[in-house]
Amino acid sequence: MLDDVPLILILVGVAAYVVLAGADFGAGIWVIASSRSDGALRDHARHAMGPVWEANHVWLIFVFVVCWTAYPGVFASIASTLAVPLLIAAVGIILRGTAYALRAQSDDGEVATGIERVFGASSLLTPFALGAAVGAIASGRVPVGNARGDLLTSWLSPTGIVIGALSVATSSYLASVFLAADAQRVKSVPLVNAFRERALIAGAVAGALALAALVVVRFDARHIWDGLTSGWGLAALVASAAAGLVTLLLVRARRFEPARVAAALAVASIIAGWAAAQSPELLPGLTIDEAAAGHSTLVALVIAVAAGLLLLAPSLMLLFRLTLTGRFDPGTAAGTQPRVRDLRRQYPGARIVVAGSLLLVGCSLMVLSDATWGLALGVASLLGFVATAFAPLADPPESDDASVPVDAVLEREA
Amino acid sequence: MTAHAYLEEARQIQALSLTVHIPLVCFGIAFPSMVVFAESRYLRTGNELYRTIARRWSKVMLTLFAVGVVTGTILSFELGILWPNFISTFGNVFGLGFALEGFSFFLEAIFIGIYVYGWDRMSPRVHCLTGIPVVIAGISGSTFVIAVNAWMNHPSGFHLRHGKAVDVHPWSALFGNSFLWQEILHMYFAAYMVTGFLVAGWYAWCFLRGRFGHYERAAIAIPLAAAALISPIQIIVGDWAAREVQKDQPVKLAAMEGLSHTTRGAPEHLLGWYENGRVRYGIEIPHLLSLLAKHSFNAPIQGLDSVPAADRPPVNVERISFQLMVGIGTLLGVLGVAYVVVRLGRRRLPRSRWFYVGVLAAGPLALVALVAGWVTTEVGRQPWIVYGVMRTSEAVTHARGVPVGYATLAAVYVALAAAVAWVLLRLSRVPLAAQHAG
Repeated sequence: MLDDVPLILILVGVAAYVVLAGADFGAGIWVIASSRSDGALRDHARHAMGPVWEANHVWLIFVFVVCWTAYPGVFASIASTLAVPLLIAAVGIILRGTAYALRAQSDDGEVATGIERVFGASSLLTPFALGAAVGAIASGRVPVGNARGDLLTSWLSPTGIVIGALSVATSSYLASVFLAADAQRVKSVPLVNAFRERALIAGAVAGALALAALVVVRFDARHIWDGLTSGWGLAALVASAAAGLVTLLLVRARRFEPARVAAALAVASIIAGWAAAQSPELLPGLTIDEAAAGHSTLVALVIAVAAGLLLLAPSLMLLFRLTLTGRFDPGTAAGTQPRVRDLRRQYPGARIVVAGSLLLVGCSLMVLSDATWGLALGVASLLGFVATAFAPLADPPESDDASVPVDAVLEREA
Repeated sequence: MTAHAYLEEARQIQALSLTVHIPLVCFGIAFPSMVVFAESRYLRTGNELYRTIARRWSKVMLTLFAVGVVTGTILSFELGILWPNFISTFGNVFGLGFALEGFSFFLEAIFIGIYVYGWDRMSPRVHCLTGIPVVIAGISGSTFVIAVNAWMNHPSGFHLRHGKAVDVHPWSALFGNSFLWQEILHMYFAAYMVTGFLVAGWYAWCFLRGRFGHYERAAIAIPLAAAALISPIQIIVGDWAAREVQKDQPVKLAAMEGLSHTTRGAPEHLLGWYENGRVRYGIEIPHLLSLLAKHSFNAPIQGLDSVPAADRPPVNVERISFQLMVGIGTLLGVLGVAYVVVRLGRRRLPRSRWFYVGVLAAGPLALVALVAGWVTTEVGRQPWIVYGVMRTSEAVTHARGVPVGYATLAAVYVALAAAVAWVLLRLSRVPLAAQHAG
């Protein structure tokens, strides 16, 4: 039972990554797929990603670390055989992050267009490569061991290609639904219409590709087909198809908020279906039980994840609440002034004496003591020294009082 | 390509990726505390200048964090792509460290988004508070990663049976490791030196160009205070770190010092070149190594000959990077003391041009020392990936095509560096007044 817990965590992570980061990739795809005159559309797509994309990206890291801690052999086999698509995805991730930071600082024009192309192309490349890697795993082309599978045909296989394409289409679809909802919030009718139209098209394409994938899997990865057409796999497949249809209807009816949820459900269900179909084997000939790390590692991992989620859940909720309620939208500024107090400190002499003694004690202990307590006390003294001495030193000197009215400084700049 | 050349390439890719990422880690550890400090000064004094400083810095912080996110992601890919046998054998021991780091990273990403996009969107006090988790997560995240590195250097908490790690105790392996504490402290102090001197270096550049008003003065005081206080005491921490290396990795210390035979009253050599079992052209200081490493004039220090030639790290790479780190670190320590003396003695910022030239040079030099320090610890661990347990050659991937990946990544990193420089330059050119208004 404990052996399966990390796998469930991984699947939850994969679903979160596909839904959240997928929508961010999709936003990039819409940037590159827009015509030259669609500046407003591109800006909307970029701004919506701003505060959230880094957090969304971390789900991928989460999946990786849980996988290599709980099923180290599986991660090693996957990463070594699928080095090529993973490297492509990695390069795509770098280019995308960089292009995003660059675009935020560039004025509109030729340079900005070039940057947006890089941004869009990498947004296309990364989900394709990651999807193809999933296809390679699902179709049993990643054998256990150090790079024992084929570096190219493993993922450039029928299943790999079709899952890669499906990832791209799903990302575009999720993005257009999310962006339509955001556009509705900022009350921009043209943007709502633009993304609604895109959502309907991308949704239809994603649905068609999902059907195509089923056909491909029927011939290329028979065990997955068998799993998806019976038992839990079938239930998940039906749920996914139903949720997919519902989102299309909701988008048509301009009910974007519930459409977001239904779209996420469609994705989560198909991931669950894949898991059910492939269970209990993680890789050919390697079951979950055989691959799982020992009891102590799994317990430690579950404790760590549980503690982490306890901190993470409220933080994520705060971020999404601030984003979805439009607190980060341009033009919602609401600032107040802080209460002003005098910066001058009392007893500067005493502070210097304390800092000096801490420094002396810390240095002597660190250099002369070999005992653990001596070193610990030495480290504490040194940190205490830095803490005591930092604030007075970091304030500008009294002879150059920075409490000169800021307007004078800013005027000089202007 | 021979297996050896192949391994070398894989190691170089890893070294390249780490070299790109580590400076960004420094900013992740040290910069948020400086930004939040500046904002807290605004809360305390009501002086808009500090708010402008914090606000401008927060944009830089976000940019560098974003680049750190993607370069850090590459590292996690590479662990599997380049060193699959390391993961498959020991993932169950060290993986926990990365799982914990993942959550730190998560919190950092969430709150950095809230902090940077939240200016003017919440009360100043609440906004400043949202910076605190960024500070904490920056420090805790790197702690967990360094815990993994400390474990690789001083492994424990498992038994090896039929090529598998069994009887695993992941918590004590990562956090019950005596090697961890000096490594963490040494790296944190390095992070404050690198960040402090690089940020201060920008304003030193402003000084040299004759633009040094209230804004620049208030802005340089913060990073300079951090770097100047920490640089001198980093020397003390480094001394401690070397003693721990002597205890746990005597062969690494022998390579750092170019000591070929186990010697009583071992001398220290400054500069020079290691050749045929001795340091040539160096300045010899008798007994100093024994004194430093064991606090005794005549204590024996283990030499390279205590292990077979195949188990020794490359001596000159090790010696030169070690001496580079120590040399630069000492210079920075002197610069730090000079600043504190002038600042406290004369109650003003230094006015000498040379001081600001020094600060301008100190940033890049601190970076060099940082990388040299990591080369010392990582190359010094060779030929082991897990010290004394698994060789790097046993861990490397069997997949062909490593050179292609190397070339691709090298090109991408060059583009990345250019892009970061461009963004930072653009950010610096936004007029102060624009930032003040919105």
